[in-house]
Amino acid sequence: MIKVTIRTKKVLVPVISVIAGFLVGAIIMLIWSYNPIQGYISMFQSALGNMNGIGETIREATPLIFTAIGFTIAAKTGFFNIGLPGQAQAGWLTSIWFVLAHPSMPKLILLPLAILLGAIAGAIVAGIAGILRAYFGTNEVITTIMLNYIVLYSSQYLMQQVMSANLRIDTDTTKNISNNGSLRLDWLSNLFGDSRINGGIFLALIAVIIFWFLMKKTTIGFEIKAVGLNPFASRYAGISSKKNIILSMALSGGFAGIGGVIQGLGTYQNYFTQTTSLDIGWDGLSVALLGSNTAVGILIAALLFSILKIGGLGMQTVAGIPYEIVSIVIAAIIFFIAINYVIDLLFTVKKGPKNQDHLKKDEHTDNIVNTNSKISRKDQI
Amino acid sequence: MSLTAVLALIVSSTLVYSAPLIFTSLGGVFSENAGIVNIGLEGIMTMGAFSSIVFNLTFASSLGSLTPWLGAIVGGIVGWIFSLLHAVATINFHADHVISGTVLNLMAPPLGVFLIKAIYDKGQTENISANFGYYNFPGLAQIPFIGPVFFKNTSAPAWVAIIFSIILWWLLYKTRLGLRLRSAGENPQAADTMGINVYKMRYLGVSISGFLGGIGGAVFAEAISGNFSVSTIVGQGFMALAAVIFGKWNPIGAMLSSLFFGFAQSLSIIGDQLPFISKIPSVYMQIAPYVITIVVLVIFLGKSVAPAADGINYIKAK
Repeated sequence: MIKVTIRTKKVLVPVISVIAGFLVGAIIMLIWSYNPIQGYISMFQSALGNMNGIGETIREATPLIFTAIGFTIAAKTGFFNIGLPGQAQAGWLTSIWFVLAHPSMPKLILLPLAILLGAIAGAIVAGIAGILRAYFGTNEVITTIMLNYIVLYSSQYLMQQVMSANLRIDTDTTKNISNNGSLRLDWLSNLFGDSRINGGIFLALIAVIIFWFLMKKTTIGFEIKAVGLNPFASRYAGISSKKNIILSMALSGGFAGIGGVIQGLGTYQNYFTQTTSLDIGWDGLSVALLGSNTAVGILIAALLFSILKIGGLGMQTVAGIPYEIVSIVIAAIIFFIAINYVIDLLFTVKKGPKNQDHLKKDEHTDNIVNTNSKISRKDQI
Repeated sequence: MSLTAVLALIVSSTLVYSAPLIFTSLGGVFSENAGIVNIGLEGIMTMGAFSSIVFNLTFASSLGSLTPWLGAIVGGIVGWIFSLLHAVATINFHADHVISGTVLNLMAPPLGVFLIKAIYDKGQTENISANFGYYNFPGLAQIPFIGPVFFKNTSAPAWVAIIFSIILWWLLYKTRLGLRLRSAGENPQAADTMGINVYKMRYLGVSISGFLGGIGGAVFAEAISGNFSVSTIVGQGFMALAAVIFGKWNPIGAMLSSLFFGFAQSLSIIGDQLPFISKIPSVYMQIAPYVITIVVLVIFLGKSVAPAADGINYIKAK
């Protein structure tokens, strides 16, 4: 057993999980006789070895920051918002559609409106789950997953049947958006070797600050956290749990929606038919879990997973290792995060002043979906 | 189309689409009755689908018509091994059940595709030659009206699944083992005091869910999709989970709700061939199973109560 301070321990859990996750990936590569060292080197090289790679990595991280913030806000109320993919997809389609339909609107109005509408679309999708949870006690895990599929198929229908054919190239792809609605910045793309990096990253940084401020400094954030920690006590204190459940779900979906907007207005400049739930939703969930639901943690985790995802492409072309290995590594990292109890066993907190024990408890309740709210939820899966 | 033909079409496609859901939801019932929420059913089904397809492609030429059945068992075994991850994490290492289950769901599709690429050098397998196909029950198929509707050109795995649900109902409610398993999910402290090994019961519950979930995925792959790709299992595991809740954590209930969800799923496939329904835009039929799942949960959830210690880690020293 190794003695560490409480502060080091908070960092140790994600760091050890990441290392262990990489090891799992290496073992799988070894079993199928790929060379893991060569694989990981080519991964880091293609993600960080040149300006284009760095630009793409930042580009990949941008929507993940939004979806991860979305996941976290819901998690603070004790919600497991697994519907991020659907909420992001709703935001993506809405923003692209709006921009395509108003090509002549000045950029100063068009762009903010498109982003706002994307956020609203995401908020509505998530809000449905919030309302059902608040008024009928329906488990949000199932409803948000079902909403993912509903959005997936409805988007296809909306694009193919409802959207005007003038806005599309063919049944599966829309036209590219005009410059007026784009998040691309020429100087930024040039700086990063013509990558698809875009202004979204600045929005993401602003969003992180807003998120931090919202949770730490405002009544909304306080109420959301209070409901998550103890719904009964907060009701006693005059905080409406129904209102806060719906609000946190809508905020969560709003952020996820902007994640989708970034994909549309920033990365791809169009919308095309999706066959499975959006990756940025699942990756955002992983980012939030690794970043242990803190603003800084989310930033770092988003960058790390983006290195994996962008580097994974290089791994496939350079080292011939199937791209899926990076998703396996990500899942393995989250697995180790989930079993942080084992890491707890290895490292004990130095016995210091009396309040240390209290701090330790805090750390546990902070852990993603807190156990307190679990007990009060009788209707669970 | 005659009435018998329409009914036969509806019943047989309902059975085809229900079979994977029944197996998987039966597994979910056992896991949750033992106190472990298993949201990883989707991932378990994916592993079952993957392994059965690989088995089927490899051995179809030597095993003939037995192949899909053996493939289902192989899928079950692989699903069971995969589910042990969830069991270790939740039972021994105090992991949050939802997060651990999500890990299974995140892990399975890339793992399956990675292995497919490692084995076949492409992202999607060939179509299998030996699938479950349709089955005529000898004798029973000759009964007028009932025969053609229920027993002719029907899904054999579905009938096996229905029989399974009755056996498992008996196991859960009428045997000592079932009582012990339920006590681990209802009040683990009390069960432990009475000398029941709670950890063992919970391992058993998760193992059964892994085995049956794997079979469910295998049946889906070998009866419906016919190959394995990243989009083979899309939501069936979650639907099975919804069937567990809708079926009030009871094997028979889960079976009946799986039949209902299977019916909803099959409508989007056979809708074109049915009068009236063919006029509805296909998108409504596509999203119907998911909408129905939500509606059913909203309406009926208030009346059902989960096992008391479902989703709560039991830590012995406590």
